[in-house]
Amino acid sequence: MSQPQPASAPLAPLHAPLEISFDYTRSLGPTLSEFVTALAGRRILGAKASDGRVHAPPFEYDPVTGAPPAELVEVGPAGIIVSWTWTDRPMDGQPLDHPFGWALIRLDGADTALLHAVDAGSAEHMRTGLRVRPRWAAERSRSGITDIACFEPEPPAEPAEPRPPQPPAGPAKPAEPAGPAEPVTMITTPVRLSYDHTVSPGESSYLLALAQGRLIGQRCPACGKVYLPPRGACPVDGVPTQDEVELPDTGIVTTFCVVNVPFTGQRVPTPYVAASVLIDGADIAIQHLILGCPPAEVRMGMRVRAVWKPREEWAIGAHNIDHFEPTGAPDAPYDSFAHHL
Amino acid sequence: MTGKQRAAVLGTGQTHHRSKRTDVSMAGLCREAVDRALADAGLTANQVDAVVVGKAPDLFEGVMMPELYLADALGAVGKPLLRVHTAGSVGGATGIVAASLIQAGVHRRVLAVAFEKQSESNAMWALSITPPFAMPVLAGAGGYFAPHIRSYIRRSGAPVQIGAMVAAKDRRNGARNPYAHLRQADMTVEKVLASPMLWDPVRYDETCPSSDGACAVVLGDQAAAEASERPVAWIRATSMRTEPTMFSGKDNVNPRAGADAAAALWQAAGITSPVDQIDAAEIYVPFSWFEPMWLENLGFAEPGRGWRMTEAGETEITGSLPVNPSGGVLSSNPIGASGLLRFAESAMQVMGKAGEHQVAGVRTALGHAYGGGSQYFSMWVVADTPD
Repeated sequence: MSQPQPASAPLAPLHAPLEISFDYTRSLGPTLSEFVTALAGRRILGAKASDGRVHAPPFEYDPVTGAPPAELVEVGPAGIIVSWTWTDRPMDGQPLDHPFGWALIRLDGADTALLHAVDAGSAEHMRTGLRVRPRWAAERSRSGITDIACFEPEPPAEPAEPRPPQPPAGPAKPAEPAGPAEPVTMITTPVRLSYDHTVSPGESSYLLALAQGRLIGQRCPACGKVYLPPRGACPVDGVPTQDEVELPDTGIVTTFCVVNVPFTGQRVPTPYVAASVLIDGADIAIQHLILGCPPAEVRMGMRVRAVWKPREEWAIGAHNIDHFEPTGAPDAPYDSFAHHL
Repeated sequence: MTGKQRAAVLGTGQTHHRSKRTDVSMAGLCREAVDRALADAGLTANQVDAVVVGKAPDLFEGVMMPELYLADALGAVGKPLLRVHTAGSVGGATGIVAASLIQAGVHRRVLAVAFEKQSESNAMWALSITPPFAMPVLAGAGGYFAPHIRSYIRRSGAPVQIGAMVAAKDRRNGARNPYAHLRQADMTVEKVLASPMLWDPVRYDETCPSSDGACAVVLGDQAAAEASERPVAWIRATSMRTEPTMFSGKDNVNPRAGADAAAALWQAAGITSPVDQIDAAEIYVPFSWFEPMWLENLGFAEPGRGWRMTEAGETEITGSLPVNPSGGVLSSNPIGASGLLRFAESAMQVMGKAGEHQVAGVRTALGHAYGGGSQYFSMWVVADTPD
């Protein structure tokens, strides 16, 4: 998290990491299910198109006729590199953890190319026309293309001596017979996104004030409305807002709901009251928690005050105010805040 | 120079909506709706000039720009393919963009498709991500809208059972719709009121389901409509308006963008008294209380009086203004498709193709959608004659 700037320095907007991730599930449908099931059995399938071309990986709908493929046919497993590039610094989640090639690979029997990694040792060993074969993943993930760990150059052809045919050597050989596999109909695709989240200069000054136990808003020079947090511009008038206004840490609940439903990623235990709190002197409500009374006793118009975290726990963030609690003063009349709903 | 060209709905199609359509891929889901729409219009994909696709945020399925890989499935190879995105209203906006391409004289027949495969992710998670420095009080769409529903109840003085009446009606209507996700013919006000409180004041049965589903609509110009041997629904007017999510003075109960969009829509359609001139309405109601709220926002009732129409049974399928005879969003909510479903269902009513949920004698109908924090609004009026 960013540190507060010295008061004399120009204010740089605050920023902090934001990581979000989810394990998405994919239902494959008939064509992709057959393709992924075959991969788990160490076979690669392509789709025969209406024009006779074989697409590998298979299409779900024929690009010419729009029809689903009439049949899937086995291709490869070896093929040739059609085009390629090299990566010296593999990133997390890529097929190999050392330098490797990305290649478009046309598998034997296919008319289109498949994108995959080639473990060629160095870029000098990569070339268009190079024959490559799959290196199957040691453990069957049953999650699609990752069942092929990568491709690797085919060993040079043996000297032309008559000898009995034998299966391909080394890692390309299936580790076990590819028996009839349980169809794969679903796969999981984890997605992780890493952001450096930056807030506006206006919100930065708001957060830095919060870190000192103060609430700072900005007044629009045109309409006079006080925005908390400040936005740097009035969303109604479109003019910059610069006049800072110090506000108290008391206000009213304009409206609220009681959250009873648990959900993925939830950070506050249920039930809790999520409320619009209109700070005294502000013209727009902030969203915050109401504690200190049973949820059933929270009312529209109820007067509340901020309950700050212990000073030693203060950081830069809205959570320096742990929650709001009732002050016990009489409720604000409905007409005094109806225009804020 | 010619003015705006006439446009009409030639056919509609939708999937069977379910919580998990694990029998199909995302492409297969869309295709199911497209095939039905083309069959309904009596056309083939080759007769479509352009495709417009809509869906809600990419985070809902975790696929960036899914329209790119869907080109094959949508029959868009070699044609213009546009993606539309206006949050939950996107289905409506998709229909309007498709209509605009015809009204502008650019294309003769346009396919509009919208979808969501909610089972691939978790929309509540996607809508509740708390950025750094902020309070983690977000709780999905329900958590966002429930306080505004509380405001409506306070402002209008509506009795507590109004929301339950809407929910029971829409679920019973859904039972008449073979494509609906929830089909609850025996739903009652009492059952709704007895269901768990999720985001007080919103109960479980007053909340839309999470659905996988898609919808497709084939639109055509006047020549295409006149060439069709099947009933068509003429687009009399369309309207879209936007406003910021939050600003001082925003009316979250009766948002100005929605009221402005409705006023523009009625004027363009030559409608002076919506409640008298609209025969059926498909309105985006993801939480039951939004029926009376939008009845007021759309001008079917004076502010504060929308709930009286619900209470009097006027919005029942047999009432003076049937609202959501299809069961609406409360019965099926594939988010991105939900708006286009409203538009398609309004056209189906006009074309007399709504089957068991057909309202008798519909000549003019409304399709409506909203999205974001009540900040995007899209709507159209369709009728059985062009003027």
